[in-house]
Amino acid sequence: MTPRHVGVVGAGPAGLAAAHAALAAGARVTLIDAAEQPGGQYHRMLPEAYAAERPGRLQHGWQEFERRRRQVLTHRRCSWLPETSVWALERHEGNPEPAAPGGPADPTGRPPRVHLLCGGPADGSGRGRRTLDVDALVLATGAHDRVLPFPGWQLPGVFTAGAAQALAKGERVAVGERAVVAGSGPFLLPVAASLLEAGSTVLEVLEANTAGTVARGWGSRPWELAAQLGKTPELADCTAAMARHRVPYRLGCTVVEARGEGRVEEVVTARLRPDWSVVGGSERTVPVDALCISHGFSPQLELPVAAGCALHGDRGRPGLGSGTGTGTGEFVLVDDEQRTSVPGVFAAGEVTGIAGEPAARAEGAVAGWSAAGGDRSARALRVLRRSRDQGRAFARRLARAHPIGAGWPGWLRADTVVCRCEETDFGALCAAFGSEAEASPRVAKLGTRAGLGPCQARICGPTVLELRDRLGARPDAGPIPGRRDGPGGGNRARGEDRAGDGPREQSAEGLPAATPHRRPIAQPLRLGELAASPEPWGTAPSGTAPDATPGTPEIATPDITVPDATTPGTAERTDPTDPSEESTS
Amino acid sequence: MNGTRAVVLGAGIIGAACARELALAGLEVTLLDRGGAGAATTSHGEGNVLVSDKGPGPELRLAQLSRRLWPEVLAAIAERSPAGARCVEAAEWDPKGGIVVATTEAGAHGLAEFAATQRAADVRADTLTTDALRAAEPCITHAHTAAVHYPEDAQVQPAGAAAALLTDALAAGARLRTGEEVLAGVVTRGGRLTGVRTPGGVVEADLFVNAAGPWSGALGARLGAPVAVEPRRGDVLVTTPLPPTVFHKVYDADYVGAVGSSEEELQTSAVVESTRAGSVLIGSSRRRVGFDDLLRPEVLSAVAAKALRLFPSLAGVPVMRAYGGFRPYVPDHLPVVGADPRLAGLWHASGHEGAGIGLSVGTGRLLRDLVLGEPTEIDAHPFRVDRPAVLTPPPESRQQNRKQGRKQNREQRRKLEMEQDQDQDQEGA
Repeated sequence: MTPRHVGVVGAGPAGLAAAHAALAAGARVTLIDAAEQPGGQYHRMLPEAYAAERPGRLQHGWQEFERRRRQVLTHRRCSWLPETSVWALERHEGNPEPAAPGGPADPTGRPPRVHLLCGGPADGSGRGRRTLDVDALVLATGAHDRVLPFPGWQLPGVFTAGAAQALAKGERVAVGERAVVAGSGPFLLPVAASLLEAGSTVLEVLEANTAGTVARGWGSRPWELAAQLGKTPELADCTAAMARHRVPYRLGCTVVEARGEGRVEEVVTARLRPDWSVVGGSERTVPVDALCISHGFSPQLELPVAAGCALHGDRGRPGLGSGTGTGTGEFVLVDDEQRTSVPGVFAAGEVTGIAGEPAARAEGAVAGWSAAGGDRSARALRVLRRSRDQGRAFARRLARAHPIGAGWPGWLRADTVVCRCEETDFGALCAAFGSEAEASPRVAKLGTRAGLGPCQARICGPTVLELRDRLGARPDAGPIPGRRDGPGGGNRARGEDRAGDGPREQSAEGLPAATPHRRPIAQPLRLGELAASPEPWGTAPSGTAPDATPGTPEIATPDITVPDATTPGTAERTDPTDPSEESTS
Repeated sequence: MNGTRAVVLGAGIIGAACARELALAGLEVTLLDRGGAGAATTSHGEGNVLVSDKGPGPELRLAQLSRRLWPEVLAAIAERSPAGARCVEAAEWDPKGGIVVATTEAGAHGLAEFAATQRAADVRADTLTTDALRAAEPCITHAHTAAVHYPEDAQVQPAGAAAALLTDALAAGARLRTGEEVLAGVVTRGGRLTGVRTPGGVVEADLFVNAAGPWSGALGARLGAPVAVEPRRGDVLVTTPLPPTVFHKVYDADYVGAVGSSEEELQTSAVVESTRAGSVLIGSSRRRVGFDDLLRPEVLSAVAAKALRLFPSLAGVPVMRAYGGFRPYVPDHLPVVGADPRLAGLWHASGHEGAGIGLSVGTGRLLRDLVLGEPTEIDAHPFRVDRPAVLTPPPESRQQNRKQGRKQNREQRRKLEMEQDQDQDQEGA
């Protein structure tokens, strides 16, 4: 019998675990990632050219990851496609209606055709167009930093925390000598630790949520945390590094402005109330040459949206695992086996909720096993599901402890840039969203150009959507502090039809609803590449042909080291596996 | 006409232009739209204000009227209100001119003949020498066989242009109600349409204008007066911002043939132009596939290949976005503007296919004159509703619309069920 062919997009913790489990279940796997090496953002590696003696020096769970990476990449049923972009997913005509969640996936349903650009970095030239048809598709595309705007955030020297960490991990480059790390969430700590490791002085780490918010969020129902304590040693390391370098960690504080001529030279910090409005008179000026910002993560949803996957956590109604307190978190809706609403399409990792690496790994393994048609009653699967469910509980807790306070737009001034690509400022958005004729998302986008630049709204999309809701299009979304007489109020006074719980605008048939995640061209491709006819993957051997290593041992079960609830930290700290050993647990 | 109540159904650019003219004429105007203003076809096109692609005939006369009105209308809007002035800025009016390029001998011959007939109809069409073409468009292919410059062609940012017209309509007293869908069934009095139904109740007026673009066929059917307007899909590619590379609206001579054809199958022809922000917009495709929004990579690929025939040096330019929309297509390729002979009180302003942005202001003026019973600036008879192409909708399209509607209902139901399940999960957690 021909084994099922499982395509996995994304080779971070979730994707790699999915590939691993699908191989264990007997499937043929094609693993795709835009990077040169697997690992995603979490296990970002030094390029091989660095020939690092200890590539995992800044990494947690390195040996475990390294073992799985080698097992997957050298497996004879696995094709590894590095430096490969998925630029489109093409749904088949007449694909059956998506299955109801929890119900059986339609066995006749084919997942969408995957359109690839192979054989080079994303900005390279001479890449080839390929198509890939698989029996099941696992989307594990991860998340990127979410950053809220504030005056001066577009200055050189202001980094997303993720970018700063990527430079430290991937190139051992420090972003500056005197840095402040600010934002919200546990990710601030490893970023600070990476900067210290790379030789920067970290002046302070600022968590915008108050001690009360954080304690209430993390403190209730502590049993939900047990399995995620695998994270704790990592955080403990970070905390120890911060203590060693005497870096203060301040709660209820943030950077409300960055200033400088041509690049950041100083930041203004301020104390915040629980809703993130600024406590007047608390502003301090701190000289810096780098500022790292993180307000959580936005899932990379363009491929799930292109596949037609239903999302949850709608605006104004935060759902499971929603990452923000302001209700802009949307994630892929999956069932118990990581199936999306589209037959043959599975999702795992941060696209289903921001829950950290252990949960992403568990989700990936469940997704890979299910996608491969693995035995649904396998004992290992039950363990994985439990681990995944604990991860989801962790995600809810994370969202409660580190919400985005509704008061953040109070930091904005009329000339504050909101869309960095197109330099659209807050004033222009206020004018557009306050005008009846321009308030429709697409009209406002074309008029203000917010979201039309090279990042295609990946950074500003959720921000612009929330500002639109709160500047008058949806009165229930709540006003913006300090702007009660602003355009939003004016709009409501003029257009009384919109007052109260007015009717929501619908999309006309055939036209998709406005979402910041819709990008039919998921990754840029050159006009010449697009004009070429694609070849089906596998028909023409090339430099990236399947890596066939006969005699690779079979992987027997979904081999995921599940953090043990009774001995927290086992998975991360005391993994006894010798990297040279191919045995599986 | 003071005190006469008019309801314009559809707040796209045609509805906005009609509402503006009627409001300025003193009518009490309300615009109804199921979605947002300008959110559908209007903001999913390229913003063509063209005379070059039209042969002599009624559509060209409407295009020439519109081309004359555009600068006047925009100036008047900017004058009337600061919001209008801001919108006019966002409309990016650019009388950059068009250049039609042929790349085959047959194409060159056809283009020369077409341009000659246009000149006889008062269109400025200047044949370009190779040197003149190279000076005008340095990156153009060396493999061209003929080129004609149309200085009257212009471009707008379509959503901005619609917002400008709408802002002016509102300044003249019109009201906008978005998120209100017109339901089936009408209120009549003595055989005259006096009200349409929405989820919020009956909206009454003395006259109604169907300006629902590609959905006006379905809307007409709900009102008991179907018209043969169908969707014809188009897709556009957008590049990353470039230094100035393309200076006019440049299209290949096949485009005119594609515009005039009625094929259901995919037709592509190159239309290449820069926007103010530096991105290059690349069209165009024509497919009659109902309201099918699924991405078709082979369509985008065909559009890209045609564009490279005109501008080979764009091969290395990254495409960062694609979007598609639905043109309101009528089998005889003429807009539908006028009173419905079957239902007094109902008017239509629709069916502009890919030219609605450019033709909007002329259409608004024409409709106003017809409503007021005043002499029209051009002959409106060719656009009348009572013509065979408009009143005999092909049966399969109605079937398709019904099928689409059923599919949507199913999707909505399923979504609701999923949300309910989700809620239960949360409670259980």
